[in-house]
Amino acid sequence: MQASWSRRFYIGQMLDTLLPLVAVMAALIIGAIVLVLLEKSPLEAYQVLITGAFTNKNGMADTLVKTIPLLLVGLGIVIAFRANVINIGAEGQLIVGALLTTYLALELGEALPGYVVMLIGLVAGSLIGALWAAVPGLLKARLGVNEILSTIMMNQIAIQVGFFLLRGPMIDPAELEAGTNIPHSARLARSVDLPRFTDIAQWLGFTETANDLELTGFRAELYGLLVEPTRLHIGLLIAVLMAIVVYIFLWRTTIGYRIRAVGLNPNASRYAGMNVSHTIVLSMSLSGALAGLAGAVEILGLHHRMFEPLAVSAGYGFSGIVVALFGKLHPLGAIPSSILFGALLVGGDKMQRAVQVPQVFVTAMLGLIVLFVVSSEIWSRRRAGRRVSIESNEASESSIEAVA
Amino acid sequence: MNEGLSLLAILIGIAHSGLRLATPYLYAAIGETFAQRSGVLNLGVEGIMLMGAYSGFFVAFKTGSPVLGLVAAALVGVVMGLAMAFISVTLKAEQGISGIGLFLFGLGASSLLFKTTLGTVEGVDGFRELNFCLTSLGLASEFCLSQIPVIGPVFLNHSLLVYGAFALVPLAWWVLNKTTWGLSIRAVGQNPQAVDSLGVSVVRVRYFTVTLGGLLAGIAGASLSISLLNIFQEGMTNGQGFIAVALVYFGSWTPLGVLAGALLFSLVNALQLWVQVLDLAIPSDVAVMLPYLLTIIALAFPFRRALQPAALTKPFERGES
Repeated sequence: MQASWSRRFYIGQMLDTLLPLVAVMAALIIGAIVLVLLEKSPLEAYQVLITGAFTNKNGMADTLVKTIPLLLVGLGIVIAFRANVINIGAEGQLIVGALLTTYLALELGEALPGYVVMLIGLVAGSLIGALWAAVPGLLKARLGVNEILSTIMMNQIAIQVGFFLLRGPMIDPAELEAGTNIPHSARLARSVDLPRFTDIAQWLGFTETANDLELTGFRAELYGLLVEPTRLHIGLLIAVLMAIVVYIFLWRTTIGYRIRAVGLNPNASRYAGMNVSHTIVLSMSLSGALAGLAGAVEILGLHHRMFEPLAVSAGYGFSGIVVALFGKLHPLGAIPSSILFGALLVGGDKMQRAVQVPQVFVTAMLGLIVLFVVSSEIWSRRRAGRRVSIESNEASESSIEAVA
Repeated sequence: MNEGLSLLAILIGIAHSGLRLATPYLYAAIGETFAQRSGVLNLGVEGIMLMGAYSGFFVAFKTGSPVLGLVAAALVGVVMGLAMAFISVTLKAEQGISGIGLFLFGLGASSLLFKTTLGTVEGVDGFRELNFCLTSLGLASEFCLSQIPVIGPVFLNHSLLVYGAFALVPLAWWVLNKTTWGLSIRAVGQNPQAVDSLGVSVVRVRYFTVTLGGLLAGIAGASLSISLLNIFQEGMTNGQGFIAVALVYFGSWTPLGVLAGALLFSLVNALQLWVQVLDLAIPSDVAVMLPYLLTIIALAFPFRRALQPAALTKPFERGES
């Protein structure tokens, strides 16, 4: 009986890890039905959607460029959700991070060396993101305000703050001169652009192109991705580094342990002497800091100027939630998960051009994936419940034996 | 400042737009009140509204009948409400996150459908403003109620959906407070175990309220696309569904409180529109921000916590104490 139970346990664990994949399959099947109803060929559309991101170096670079904010935001969501704090405000936190970084880079760009300004920008972006998230965190901890609602409201406020600044104090002087008044800032000094992978390769002495080396096929594209000019910048390294930092923080430090404990059972944690409201504010702030960092990295590494807030945040606040859930709320799981969804976003773009299926199809897919992942948790919970009841039965049996 | 408009005309304008703009908030928030009163937080209202707005617009455009459009929006709302009920009641999924999933789905699907089925269509003939006119009184010229000073232009020239939204408030109050159904709903939200032990099905009550919430959210979306604006745009609800959810907290889970909140919101919105029309010196971005700031402040009033349904967001497990 023991053997059959443990085998069931392993099969169960395997199912647990497969569940997100099943969720994606289910979403793809429903999507296929919708595509058929819209008289598009699902096979063609999916072929472009899935392979579009990996066909050449530019596709791969675009995927990884989108991976960066997805991973950073997703890591923030992991921390918040682990503390059982639902942060829907990453959009706003990303926007304020992007705004402050742009402002500082514009002000300091010429006065200080580039790398100092970059560092200041990244730190400041994270700090303002943390502050922006601390507001709903404090409101939840002190006044019991539902953080889902307050973070959604904070998003809207951040968008309006962005428009206000970009139409007024931060507007590109060239726009004022031309009289077009499009709300965006001036381009930042080139000295504060985050180095691209190609810059580093040049610096390391790789100057030949794939053609020079007579590489072909996938190897040529891979070489091109790392060495030839693409949009890929070192924000990717920052994001992966943060994933490792968050992993160590959550699983190897006392504060991280406290965050997870509060998330699992706030009452028991309080009883054990932990400061629950403190932990809520802290996890919310850290979550916001990572979203703010994502904003800073997007500005310094990709856009090099601030423009329409919602175009900069680009829904990452929501797709970051999908990344975190799909990575099973594990910081390292978020890495492959963010690459997958980065590829999906790029593939969606390609799909729109190749088979005229609008890119918003991917948004609907993300929604379905969230619904399926969250719904499927009932199976893992049920199994966990059964495991606990079996263990407690065994425990009580053995204690009875001990008494006898 | 526009010289041609008297202060009275401006005030009438603000009051008129205020009532109009309250419509989507009222439908969505009253529906959400039922769901939350029974203990389910449906955060997917925004997504249902978008799908309702699209389907209402699509059917009204294809058939030329706004009434059929409204029916379609309500049906889509029912289907999405049922889906949300299945996910949050039967599968016991985390309600906040599944709501975000429903929102993303509605946002993506409504834009996808609009782009592939209509694409370039810009407007539709929606519900007309009613004009209560009397012609057979032997008067020299036709007399319309909207000609009554002040009251006429503020209250008596709205479309049917606007009046429907306001009629919903006392109706919801009556159902919640004066009927057995309402008692069951409130009890399920406070103490599902006790209700269950009395033989009332918690699951059935919650399915009913969440589906009703979906129906009303669908109508809320349609009220935008085939009555107030008569257009469809991607993401046109622009966060109104989320505000509707917040309004339920704001209104302390009562229809009258929701009404007060919705009016406050829509009046601030109307004020904001008029600030732009009159070209006042207040930046419009600051004005747009106001309702959201207001919500956060309102949510922070601590007495609200005591009024919250005790079982809100908690899935029901039989046999748990």
